[in-house]
Amino acid sequence: MAALRPGSGALVRPLVRSSSSGGGGGRLARERGTERRDAASSPVSRFCPPRQSCHDWIGPPDKYSNLRPVLFHVPENESPLEQRLRELRQETQEWNQQFWANQNLTFNKEKEEFIYSRLQAKGLGLRTESGQRATLDAEEMADFYKEFLSKNFQKHMSYNRDWYKRNFAITFFMGKVALERMWNKLRQKQKKTSS
Amino acid sequence: MAASPHTLSSRLLTGSVGGCIWYLERRAIQGLPHRVAHLFRNVNNQWVMAQHLSFLKRMYVTQLHRGLSQQVKPKPEPSASPFLEHMSSGQARAEVDELPSFSVPSLPLSRKPDEELMELEAASIVERPLDMAKETKEEKQWKEMKLHADDLPSILARLSKIKLTALVVSTTSAGFALAPGPFDWPCFLLTSLGTGLASCAANSINQFFEVPFDSNMNRTKNRPLVRGQISPLLAVCFATCCAVPGVALLTWGVNPLTGALGIFNIFLYTCCYTPLKRISIANTWVGAVVGAIPPVMGWTAATGSLDAGALLLGGILYSWQFPHFNALSWGLREDYSRGGYCMMSVTHPALCRRVALRHCLALIALSTAAPVLDITTWAFPIISLPINLYISYLGFRFYVDADRRSSRKLFFCSLWHLPLLLLLMLTCKQRPDQEGDKGEAPS
Repeated sequence: MAALRPGSGALVRPLVRSSSSGGGGGRLARERGTERRDAASSPVSRFCPPRQSCHDWIGPPDKYSNLRPVLFHVPENESPLEQRLRELRQETQEWNQQFWANQNLTFNKEKEEFIYSRLQAKGLGLRTESGQRATLDAEEMADFYKEFLSKNFQKHMSYNRDWYKRNFAITFFMGKVALERMWNKLRQKQKKTSS
Repeated sequence: MAASPHTLSSRLLTGSVGGCIWYLERRAIQGLPHRVAHLFRNVNNQWVMAQHLSFLKRMYVTQLHRGLSQQVKPKPEPSASPFLEHMSSGQARAEVDELPSFSVPSLPLSRKPDEELMELEAASIVERPLDMAKETKEEKQWKEMKLHADDLPSILARLSKIKLTALVVSTTSAGFALAPGPFDWPCFLLTSLGTGLASCAANSINQFFEVPFDSNMNRTKNRPLVRGQISPLLAVCFATCCAVPGVALLTWGVNPLTGALGIFNIFLYTCCYTPLKRISIANTWVGAVVGAIPPVMGWTAATGSLDAGALLLGGILYSWQFPHFNALSWGLREDYSRGGYCMMSVTHPALCRRVALRHCLALIALSTAAPVLDITTWAFPIISLPINLYISYLGFRFYVDADRRSSRKLFFCSLWHLPLLLLLMLTCKQRPDQEGDKGEAPS
């Protein structure tokens, strides 16, 4: 159950589970809950690129960081430079993921707290009479946006600096790797023509 | 603002329809033999699932058009909605067609007429195929990072923000056409091409710098670098391959002044405006200069000198940027705040609206200055007064009301105001033989 695999395996499992459950409806619900939590935790680990592919694969945006995870392909004859590039990209991806997931979660949490406190101050509950969720309009939210931006200013400054450095480094190494590959291809062609 | 009415009504509908089905099922099971009841349940469960999916699809559509109401818990169905948010509507339709095939094999379940079990089974039948669908859906969303040659033109078009580039080139053309002197076609074409290439280069570098920020904003999350359709190295190479010929064309094909302005503008946009967006609200003023330079380039390409007419035209474009951008940024405050962008609309909202209004009024003044500098006849300030007054009125409404509605009206007005203003300028262009006829509009 832990690693939800694609295809027919997933199809068979619920059949087996439900036919044997009998009166265990409660168990079904609990299993469903843990399934969903597992699904939410690590989307990257569930996907496996096909074996014959020799390219990187990019996935859908992460629900917390909105960044798309990349699964890096490791070629058999990976040069040290290529390895360094891949590790740099992997590390940058994780660093970015952590920053933005944290940023977005903090934003949403603080936004909810702000809305809750404002609603309380106004004497309103979380729901209106008709049962809808109570909302604050854009102008009331503007105070929160301003406060959040100024609170996170320094954090963004250091992130920006690091991001620019990393982005330049990755692109520079990509250039070096591309040149190295071209050079190797030329040398191989030369060897072939000479032999 | 209340929650989107569509979301609520569709939820109620599904809820009540679902309730009806289960009630009917219970009655039916009690009255009919098991086999028929099983078939009945089969059909109804498929229908429940289809209903559920079409509700989710509607929710996706309404989330796109959702107003700015801030709810305590914005996503009522967190497990389903992130999955749907990133689907195109075409894919959503495909999902609805595919899933009934999943439901059929999972339906031969225990035939106990136990009520609770039936409800749970019905619910789990709806949700488990959705979980499975979500898995396979997520897998389908993984794309190989392989560049296909036939995708390249569209990817590069989006990387270079081709529509914005076209707008920039048209303002350059307007500057060229408004400049005094005979209209030189080869020079005009070289100027347009060179400016277009320079703009492509600047836009590509901008996207190269902003990948993680673009990922987090709704407006920009489908850009090529964000989606991994092109590597950063390729984006930089493309930018270089546009910038070098573009600036060379302007410098040697047109004149060095235009070339210098071109390269200065690329620098201003990529190295000043783009990083400044995250540091200070001064970025808006820098961005306005970036927008003002292309028509100046058009003028200098035609005349070879930076005279008062060029500066006036630049001034008109400069002033236009403020109502345009400030109105646009009013609706993006949440994204800017979360993404760490320093924009007036977030940090200094009153200033934002004041500046927008101020520059709407400046447009009237600048339009009046045009005949004074012999760029146009006196007909121009008169016939442009209605549209200038209209945009100033919308700017005033935005200043006073400070809400999303007035900001949207101002933004959309700015989109047609500029092309129309430039067109009117062109029709009222001061021609050498018509200097004496001040009141007449030229044919």
